Amino acid sequence: MALTKADMAENLYEELGLNKREAKELVELFFGEIRTALGDANHVKLSGFGNFVLRNKTERPGRNPKTGEEIPISARRVVTFRPGQKLKQRVEAYAGSEQQ
Amino acid sequence: MTEEMLTNAMMKSELIERIARKQSHLAYKDVELAVKGLLELMSASLASGERIEVRGFGSFSLHYRPPRSGRNPKTGGSVMLPGKYVPHFKPGKELRERVNNSINKA
Repeated sequence: MALTKADMAENLYEELGLNKREAKELVELFFGEIRTALGDANHVKLSGFGNFVLRNKTERPGRNPKTGEEIPISARRVVTFRPGQKLKQRVEAYAGSEQQ
Repeated sequence: MTEEMLTNAMMKSELIERIARKQSHLAYKDVELAVKGLLELMSASLASGERIEVRGFGSFSLHYRPPRSGRNPKTGGSVMLPGKYVPHFKPGKELRERVNNSINKA
């Protein structure tokens, strides 16, 4: 089981009384605007949840694992997520029986 | 080798404003409640061990950190730190590509 956009829209419909179309649009915009901000080279900081942080990685030597041939891994920009203190504390308390 | 960039950041308040501008038929307050509600739902989901999957954006899951021995910084004594879960985000293909393409812009 995983939480999906459909579940999130359903929750907004039930909890906030948005109609189903509004709820669906809002969920799309929520992720769409975060993606746009990151794509425009902005970090995204959501207090209580966490920060999406952009990092530039310089070119580094790599290897084709199949052939062993050396090929450089080009410079790139990546996004990482740093969970906030509050989210970390809530998750830490999770006593799941199975390790993921 | 990574280097952190110094760029602007979008805070929660600006995210709410941007969404509200595109949903002008909704009151700002409703958009604010919705954004806070979504973040709470996502937090609660992870806190209960349930992963989150958003196509084109990415997925959140929990990673297990096994118990390890640490040191009490005051006494220098060794202490056993219990295993724990930490949230992990894996960007989806579309987000990964958009972020990487931004390196070529200005």
